[in-house]
Amino acid sequence: MTSIAIIDYGMGNLRSVAKALEHVAPTARVCITQDRHDILHADRVVFPGQGSIRDCMRELARWDLIDVVRAAACSKPFLGLCLGPQALLDFSEENGGTPCLGVLPGRVVWFGELHDPDSAERLKVPHMGWNQVHQLGAHPLWSGIAQDSRFYFVHSYYLQPADPALAAGQTRYGFSFTSAIARDNLFAVQFHPEKSAAAGLRLLANFAGWNP
Amino acid sequence: MGLAKRIIPCLDVDRGRVVKGVRFVEIRDAGDPVEIARRYDQEGADEITFLDITASSDDRETMVHVVEQVASEVFIPLTVGGGIRSLDDVRRMLNAGADKVSINTAAIARPEFVRDAAERFGNQCIVVAIDAKAVHAGQETPRWEIFTHGGRRPTGIDAVEWARRMADYGAGEILLTSMDRDGTKRGFDLELTRAISEAVSIPVIASGGVGTLDHLADGILLGKADAVLAASIFHFAEYTIEQAKRHLQARGIEVRL
Repeated sequence: MTSIAIIDYGMGNLRSVAKALEHVAPTARVCITQDRHDILHADRVVFPGQGSIRDCMRELARWDLIDVVRAAACSKPFLGLCLGPQALLDFSEENGGTPCLGVLPGRVVWFGELHDPDSAERLKVPHMGWNQVHQLGAHPLWSGIAQDSRFYFVHSYYLQPADPALAAGQTRYGFSFTSAIARDNLFAVQFHPEKSAAAGLRLLANFAGWNP
Repeated sequence: MGLAKRIIPCLDVDRGRVVKGVRFVEIRDAGDPVEIARRYDQEGADEITFLDITASSDDRETMVHVVEQVASEVFIPLTVGGGIRSLDDVRRMLNAGADKVSINTAAIARPEFVRDAAERFGNQCIVVAIDAKAVHAGQETPRWEIFTHGGRRPTGIDAVEWARRMADYGAGEILLTSMDRDGTKRGFDLELTRAISEAVSIPVIASGGVGTLDHLADGILLGKADAVLAASIFHFAEYTIEQAKRHLQARGIEVRL
């Protein structure tokens, strides 16, 4: 039996993440927690996030979780969701510029004024809805998920890892941006697998059984 | 390849039960929100919207339980509207498992509420619902006004300006209903939809008037909507969500199939 800690630092509802994990891994012990001990001792860690990056970084500091997140991200199966992967990079343009955790080299950049390169039509921001993720190579977390499957996205800033080798998935919205990053024991996605129907549930199931 | 246009079935819920008679053939309990939501998920709905039409605030707690149950079994985005008046209402729905809340009357009464809610919970979960009616005559420049109380009470607020203001205040999305078309099955008010969609940079969901699958496609192609919401054509099993998507695809619209 594996234990999965979902880090709760007050940024958004984590119930759906927990329910989806319980759904795909009925024997796993899933807990939503802000306790350092729980996170350090869990077999797997999920690092979610919603809202603005400034609040996210402030709350992580307030709950004294920064070093714990950094440690988990380098030591055990670790899944970042939505704002989670943004927080893992060095810096975000959001909120007038916000330093982040620096677990991975790179920046988080605003979509800004976007146009479709083919139709020249303006694209709405936030990027909201079901878009395709192009898997850049095989990875245990993509197992059983068809190439270019659709996942549910909601975001106005996107990941720009400094090292292209970190990109595990790519999505087109006016241009191609990195929608999933992977390194060793860490996998992080810009989209919401817990809201992405069958493909999302498969990714979560893969994570629950992943032994990097 | 790119972002799919969304189809969103909408369910009216009164004291925890789906009303306006959903008529699925193989469904055991036509009033059970969980069963109906699961069915729509299987058919490929991109999101589900629940509109709480419960009159008494005492019964509002029931909606929280509905959302909790649905969110435990259906893993696509859920929006809840109806009776969202305070930050506490928003928090309760999000904690229950809703991904977005839709704010209507409360935004008109106190526009700052939208700003507060977006700042507190993030733009991504704040939908502003706009009920608009045409107020121009004949050859006049088109103009639409916001109405409340099911389209009976005018507010004097210009719909396009209001949409811009709500986007500035941090709304993540607009749910636009034409009160002229709602329930008519004559199709969306395409002029209104396009005017609002082009006025704001956030996604717009078109609603009100869908009677055929071409209406859905027109809302996207001509109305420039990012998503389309419909109730009766899906509830009465006239069309499945999948049929609707295939139709959109045949008209050149990108969908999730």
